[in-house]
Amino acid sequence: MLPFLAFQFEADAVWEFLFNEQIVDGAWMTLKVAVISQVIGITLGVVFALMRLSKNPLFSGFANFYIWFIRGTPALIQLFFLKFGIPSMIGDPDIAREFTFFRAAIIAFGINEGAYMSEIVRAGILSVESGQMDAAKSVGMTYLQAMRRIVFPQAMRVMLPPTGNEFIAMLKNTSLASAIGLVELLRATRQIYARNFLIMELLVVASIWYLAMTTVFSILQAELERAMAVGERERPETLFSRVLAIIGGRRGI
Amino acid sequence: MEGPLVRCVDVHKRFGRLEVLRGVSLDVARGEVVVLIGASGSGKTTLLRCINHLETVDRGRIYVDGELVGYREDHDGRVRADREPEVARKRAAIGMVFQRFNLFPHLTALGNVIVGPMHVKKMPRRRAEEVGQALLAKVGLGAKVNAYPGQLSGGQQQRVAIARALAMGPKLMLFDEPTSALDPELVGEVLEVMKSLAREGMTMIVVTHEMGFAREVADRVIFMDEGVILEEGTAEHFFQSPTHPRTQAFLSKIL
Repeated sequence: MLPFLAFQFEADAVWEFLFNEQIVDGAWMTLKVAVISQVIGITLGVVFALMRLSKNPLFSGFANFYIWFIRGTPALIQLFFLKFGIPSMIGDPDIAREFTFFRAAIIAFGINEGAYMSEIVRAGILSVESGQMDAAKSVGMTYLQAMRRIVFPQAMRVMLPPTGNEFIAMLKNTSLASAIGLVELLRATRQIYARNFLIMELLVVASIWYLAMTTVFSILQAELERAMAVGERERPETLFSRVLAIIGGRRGI
Repeated sequence: MEGPLVRCVDVHKRFGRLEVLRGVSLDVARGEVVVLIGASGSGKTTLLRCINHLETVDRGRIYVDGELVGYREDHDGRVRADREPEVARKRAAIGMVFQRFNLFPHLTALGNVIVGPMHVKKMPRRRAEEVGQALLAKVGLGAKVNAYPGQLSGGQQQRVAIARALAMGPKLMLFDEPTSALDPELVGEVLEVMKSLAREGMTMIVVTHEMGFAREVADRVIFMDEGVILEEGTAEHFFQSPTHPRTQAFLSKIL
């Protein structure tokens, strides 16, 4: 005989807390940190990818060191560096106070993401045939002009799927920042269940929010990929393009 | 300005241990059409790429219109590498057409043609588009202005590539085996465009094995072998009385 199991799960509580003000604020903070960190990460990624591809050993050496260090240490330690380590090193309390939860989080996540993005950007650049750079130079473009006008627009198509992956991972990894005290989605959730003990219910609420955000961005990514498939004979179909095709009577379901 | 448009003096180039150019000297007069022939690996393409500095030169000098390409000569007579904007400025006056077209796949035919004038010459878009449309019409693609490279045949792509090079108003056009990646029935349309360019007085250096083209428009044919110029003369000379046994052996294979 199986022992008698008394499940306790208040489904109503999920609904009750799904749009709780603290939860919504937390989700908003999660989204904000993820988007800003990703933007910083992409920017750093482009810079470090170009440095790594540079013939100058100073540039490529520095980029290699950065990637090696960031990828080789836990993101959580990097967060602690930014929130606790560096401010404690700086004697001046006024400056230390500038390292807010939010700032520490976006800087740490941004720098962390830069290391991963730089490899994605580098792969994207390397995926573009070298003849493209030759042709761009032959019309008189400098290296950076050729990169901007010719190589990057083509590399983006290769970079987009792994970058989408990175962003979705970023949305979830921001929960690490709850450990340095940032009130994002996970910490807001924990604050509430610490008071009412509806642990499982609130974890389900948080999961629904994470799922909703990642789903929206997956759809956006597919749309972006379709928009970038310019000049291709067959553009990938997406949710919206299929819906539009059906509405427009292009073909049936 | 007088003097030859292109002057190569004792040009050497090696890739690692492989010596690709072993002392090439060549003058090309203004308005002259020179055809370079030779087996693969003889250094024709490398010479062409050195002329617009897509490859650095290990020894020797290359002048285009009296200016060193990719380098500058200091007061003490020493040659130093040019800074990048200078290299780009000199390159802009030298058009190049590649074997594999190398069109920009994310831009339309017109986009390919105007990207140089707009971003290098800083020409306003409207003006660049006028120039671009006229050039595409000139190569017979007035109706394909908005087509992407992927929607064009090989011959059409190569003609867009010629228009792209012409859009920069080059003094010199370099053609690197422009028809060897094409289906046989598409070769003619590209050669026609090149012939009309030659008749207009464009200075051209063409790496090709199209001896019919050479016979019709080349002022001079140059045979390269193992990194040196082995023999030169008119197309007729090569048809009737090539002197060097290696030239004879090569021609017997391609004719």
